[in-house]
Amino acid sequence: MGYMFNGNEIDHDEEGYLTDLSDWNPELALMIAQSEELEMNDERWEVVNFLRDYYEEYQVAPAVRVLTKALAKTMGPEKGNNDYLYELFPYGPAKQACKIAGLPKPTGCV
Amino acid sequence: MAKVSDFIVDDSDTDPLAIPKLACGSMRDSKPFVAKDAHQAALGYPGELVDDWQDKAISKMGELLTKYRSLQVYMDSCVKCGACTDKCHYFLGTGDPKNMPVGRQDLMRKVYRRYFTFAGKYMPWLVGAEDLTEDVLDEWYTYYHQCSQCRRCSVYCPFGIDTAEVSMAAREIMDSVGKGQKYCNEIIGKVYKVGNNLGLPAKAIRSTLDGLEEELQEDTGLDIKMPLDQKGVDVLLVTPSADLFAEPHIDGLMGYAKVFHEAGVTWTLSSYASEAANFGMFIGSYENMREVSLRIRKAAEDLQVKRIVFGECGHAWRVAYSFLNTLAGPFDFLDQRYPIPQHICEFTYDMIENGELRFDKSKNDQYRLTYHDSCNVARGSRMGNKPGGQFEIPREILRASCNHFYDMAPDTIKEATLCCGGGGGILTDDLMDVRLKGAQPRMRAMQEVAEEHGVTHLAAICAICKAQFSKVLPAYGFKVNSILSVHQMVSNAIVLTGSIQEKELDEAKTPEAAE
Repeated sequence: MGYMFNGNEIDHDEEGYLTDLSDWNPELALMIAQSEELEMNDERWEVVNFLRDYYEEYQVAPAVRVLTKALAKTMGPEKGNNDYLYELFPYGPAKQACKIAGLPKPTGCV
Repeated sequence: MAKVSDFIVDDSDTDPLAIPKLACGSMRDSKPFVAKDAHQAALGYPGELVDDWQDKAISKMGELLTKYRSLQVYMDSCVKCGACTDKCHYFLGTGDPKNMPVGRQDLMRKVYRRYFTFAGKYMPWLVGAEDLTEDVLDEWYTYYHQCSQCRRCSVYCPFGIDTAEVSMAAREIMDSVGKGQKYCNEIIGKVYKVGNNLGLPAKAIRSTLDGLEEELQEDTGLDIKMPLDQKGVDVLLVTPSADLFAEPHIDGLMGYAKVFHEAGVTWTLSSYASEAANFGMFIGSYENMREVSLRIRKAAEDLQVKRIVFGECGHAWRVAYSFLNTLAGPFDFLDQRYPIPQHICEFTYDMIENGELRFDKSKNDQYRLTYHDSCNVARGSRMGNKPGGQFEIPREILRASCNHFYDMAPDTIKEATLCCGGGGGILTDDLMDVRLKGAQPRMRAMQEVAEEHGVTHLAAICAICKAQFSKVLPAYGFKVNSILSVHQMVSNAIVLTGSIQEKELDEAKTPEAAE
C-alpha cells in the first residue's frame, strides 16, 4: 500500500497514514489531501503546519483544544473553534488533519 | 471502508426498538483490520496465524472453559427461547441474524459442541456441532468484532447468559493463535510503552494541562491547579487519556479540577498511569487487564496518595469497581475510609448531598439535556451505597447543574440502556458501518425526546460514548457537538468560592435565586 509520488511508492497503512513519518513533504500532503477529497488552502496549511511543529516538540499530535487556541491566536476567534475545524476537516480535525500532516493516527477513545 | 458521509439513515421506523427485517449475511464483510506482528508481540501473542492454529485454538478454548466456569455454563444452558433475539443494538441496526445474541453465541457453541460434548464428538449432525475451520474462524473474527460487550442481552436472558463474556473468550482464543484486532492491541501496546491509549508523553500532558490551567484562571479568576506526578497528595485521578485530548472530554476534566479545588482536596494525575481505560477487558485477556491495572497500583504507591478516583470512563469503571482489587489489590495502603476506588461522580455527588457545591443552573440554559447510561457503568458496576446508584448519581449531578433534563424512553435507559455503538473495541474507523448502524436504536431514542421535549444535547460519562456520538450524531440529524461530558455541565454551572462567578451572582441576585 502506498502513494505513488515522483515515481516512488511511499508506504502508508490501511487507512492512508504514512508508515514512515520522514517520507512527508508538502507535495505529498497535497496528494493525501486530494485522496481525502480536500483542497489545501491557507487555513488547512495553517493547521497542518501547526500539527507538524507540535509533533516535532512533543512526539504526539496536540489536543484539539490546544489546536483551536493556537488557531484563535493566528486566525482570530471566529476560526479558532471546533466548528470551524470540522468545516476544514469534515472527518474530524484530529484524524484527518494528522493524516495530511503525515503524523500517526491518534488512537484510543477518540 | 464505509464513510460517514455515505451512510443513509434507515428512516422506515422511528421506534428505537423496532425489529428489523432479516438481512442474512448483510454484515459478513464488516471486519476490523488484523493486528500486525509488532502489535501482537507487545502483548505476548503470535504475530500471525500459527500453523497448528486449530489445535491451539481448541486447546485454548478448553483452558478457558475450565478457568471460567461461566463460559461453560453459557455454552451449555441456552434453550433457544428467543428472548435475546431482538435485544442487541447491532441486530436492531443491521438485521443480520448473526448479530442476534444467540446467533453470536452459537458461532462458538457449535465448535464447543464438536470438541467438548459427547453428542457433538460422535453425532455432530444431530446437535449442530461443527469443526473449527478457517471459514468458522473468519466468521468469529467478523461477528465477535460486531459485539460491543454491552451486556444488554444478558439482562433479558432467563439464564443470564452473557454474550460479552463469550465475545471476550473468542477474542482471547483468536489472539492466542495470532489473529488479533489491530485497534485494541495497538492501543494496549501504547499503554505499556507510553502510559496511555493515545501515546501522550509526560511532556505533552504537562503542556496541555498548563493550557487548561490558564483557561481555568481566565474563566474563574482562581488559581486552579492541574497537577501531574505530584507526590504526597490526597487523590490520584485516573482518567481516560481522551480527557487530555478530545472534545468534549477535556471539558469534563476541567470540571473534575474545579470540584477538587472546591473540595480543598489535593490531587494529581500520573504520567505512568495516564489511562483509565483497560482494553485488556475487551480482548478477554486476564493477563493484559492485570498489567494495565498494576500500573495504577504502582502509580498510587509511588505517588503516596491516599485515595484513587476514576474519571468518566465506562468500562474503566467496570474494571475498577468489579475487578481492581482482584487484579491489583489489596489496596491496604490507601485510606480505608473512602471507597477504593471512587468514581468522580460519587465524589461530586457527595459534595452536592452535603451542600458543599453551589450551582448557577442558568449557565446551562442553552442545553435541553438527556443522559445516556454507558453500558459498562449501567450493567457492570454500581455507584454509591444504594442499588441503582450508577443510574441516579449521574442524573442527580445533572439535575443539580441544569434546568432542563429529560430522560429517554424507559426501555432504552438504565439497566436497559442501549450501547452507543462504539464500545468493546468497536470504536475504530474500519468498523464505521457497524458503528453507524449500531447507534441507530440510541439515536432514535434521542430523536423521540428531541421531538417531545426539544432535547438538544446528550451527556455521558464514558470516553468511548463521547467519541462515538461525536461521530454518529450528525448522521442522525444532530450537531457534532451535541454530546457533552457530565462534568462539563458541572464545570459550566459550578460557582466556586471566591470566583468571578460567585461575585457576579452575589451582586446580581437575591439569596434564594442563588441556591
